[in-house]
Amino acid sequence: MNTSLLQQVLDRHTRIDESPVADLDVNFGLLDEYSKREIRRAILTAVAVPGYQVPFGSREMPVARGWGSGGLQISLAVVGPDDVVKVIDQGDDEGVNAVNLRRLIVSSTGIPESTTPEDSTLIQTRHRIPEDPLDERHTLILQVPVPEPLRGVERDMRELARMHAEADYARMWVSLYEDKVRNGVITRTTGYPCLVNGRYVIATTPIPRWDVPRLHQSRFLSLFGAGREKRIYAVPPHTDVEPLTFEDVPFEVEITPGAECRSCGSSESFLVEVPGSTADGGGHWVCSDSDWCRRNRERRQHPSRGDRS
Amino acid sequence: MNSEWALKVSSLGKIHGVPDLRALEDTGPDVGTAKSSLTGAIVAAWDVGFEVAPGEALGVIGESGSGKSTVMRCIAGDQSSTAGEVFLRSLDHGQTNVLDLDPSARRRLRVADLSVVYQDPAEGLRLNVTAGGNIAEALTAAGWRHFGRIRDRAAELLERTEVPLSRMDDLVGTFSGGMRQRVQLAKALANEPPVVLLDEPTTGLDASVAAGVLDLIRNLLEETGVAAVVVSHDFAVIEMLTTRCVVMNHGRIVEAGLTDRLLEDPHHPYSQRLVGAARA
Repeated sequence: MNTSLLQQVLDRHTRIDESPVADLDVNFGLLDEYSKREIRRAILTAVAVPGYQVPFGSREMPVARGWGSGGLQISLAVVGPDDVVKVIDQGDDEGVNAVNLRRLIVSSTGIPESTTPEDSTLIQTRHRIPEDPLDERHTLILQVPVPEPLRGVERDMRELARMHAEADYARMWVSLYEDKVRNGVITRTTGYPCLVNGRYVIATTPIPRWDVPRLHQSRFLSLFGAGREKRIYAVPPHTDVEPLTFEDVPFEVEITPGAECRSCGSSESFLVEVPGSTADGGGHWVCSDSDWCRRNRERRQHPSRGDRS
Repeated sequence: MNSEWALKVSSLGKIHGVPDLRALEDTGPDVGTAKSSLTGAIVAAWDVGFEVAPGEALGVIGESGSGKSTVMRCIAGDQSSTAGEVFLRSLDHGQTNVLDLDPSARRRLRVADLSVVYQDPAEGLRLNVTAGGNIAEALTAAGWRHFGRIRDRAAELLERTEVPLSRMDDLVGTFSGGMRQRVQLAKALANEPPVVLLDEPTTGLDASVAAGVLDLIRNLLEETGVAAVVVSHDFAVIEMLTTRCVVMNHGRIVEAGLTDRLLEDPHHPYSQRLVGAARA
């Protein structure tokens, strides 16, 4: 056993307050080149056939499957030395999972990290798309727990494959119909089913409905990775992403009238409720995107400084 | 009737096992078996042909194992056939052999060109979905995307098949056998298909419920003007619903003709036995 390498790895991961070093004796991006090649091929197929779930050989990663291993494999397969990485969990750069994944990417590549989309090129995310508009410079990488949008209506894998192959989505529509009949509204929030490029239905998991319209004709590339389910799919730039909805039931995003962020006062961003934090036991609202919230707060306090913090 | 048919079946055949035509020689009504001792194959159906005009109902009658359900399943696409041709007027004006289509195209025919009502409602319905949802599946498959109109159409169909509207949003699995069969009829007729196949539609229902469903089917066939094929072992069903019928025995048609005539004056010994048994 190469004890010096082991020592290096241990040092690297125990001394967390030091700046990352790239002279570690592991391959750039942790994955070996054959693994990267296989994952890149899956990604190329996914981009060529928007919305189609491409099977790939999901690797064992230093995070457990179901904890972002799919997104991580995509990030490590596409990352280059000129990239700047941002990782968010529920919109938060400081979530434990986000910090761990970011540290792993940075320590195995030596690339810089950022919390601001403006400065980033690679954005790995769970549950959100950043509030800032993204463009051609950005690649959005989403960690997906359940890639199969039809899982709720059919369990047989062969039948699922047939339904996608024949674009037979009648039963998806039935589930929306039943949802509306039972509840008066369509209650599905995260993972809202969308038709991509007029052909395949995808699960926009795990982003909320709020973010769904931003995938439609977007300027950025979105890559969806499900490590546990071993699937990769993509929404290329300038591609139609239409949420499935009835003609007389308009697609709506989550809005709570009167709610505004307690930190920055915004009512135009995606807000999440923090329950029971006030004296009377009521909750309050904060921005889900913590980095955008911070900059918005500074913008309001110092309007003359312009947009950037 | 010659050029009027909505569904035309000719020389339809299905052999389970070695598809060796020598099996035809030692099977059939004359031999008294469907299993060939020569090749070991089972000739479930062979040389079956008939035409059905719009608004007409044709009966296929025979005992269990005579091949009548095989014929129906081969037309519907639930089973592959060994030989023959099936034409639908609604498909290329009857120029394309349905049996030549790939499985995906055949499934598409089931949306609006050809419906099937099975003996077991669980085959034609999803029991964990509401009655309205089951009909919505047929409608959305045909491209309906307006929630209000889907609701209205589903309610209209359920009303016509005499399912109480108060049960529209209940799971079909909670329904009685007779009511499930009514929902299955509503779903089968949702997209107004020109051809409907009914496989033992009232078998398994108790007598009074069966009579009600039978009455309903007769009215629906009259109102909608669909071409129907009714498969049954029960002469009472065939007599009530159809004007013409064919008798099947050991995979072959042994007699065909007007239902009234056939019941009054059966020619083939097997038909005579069948009628005799029914009249006893």
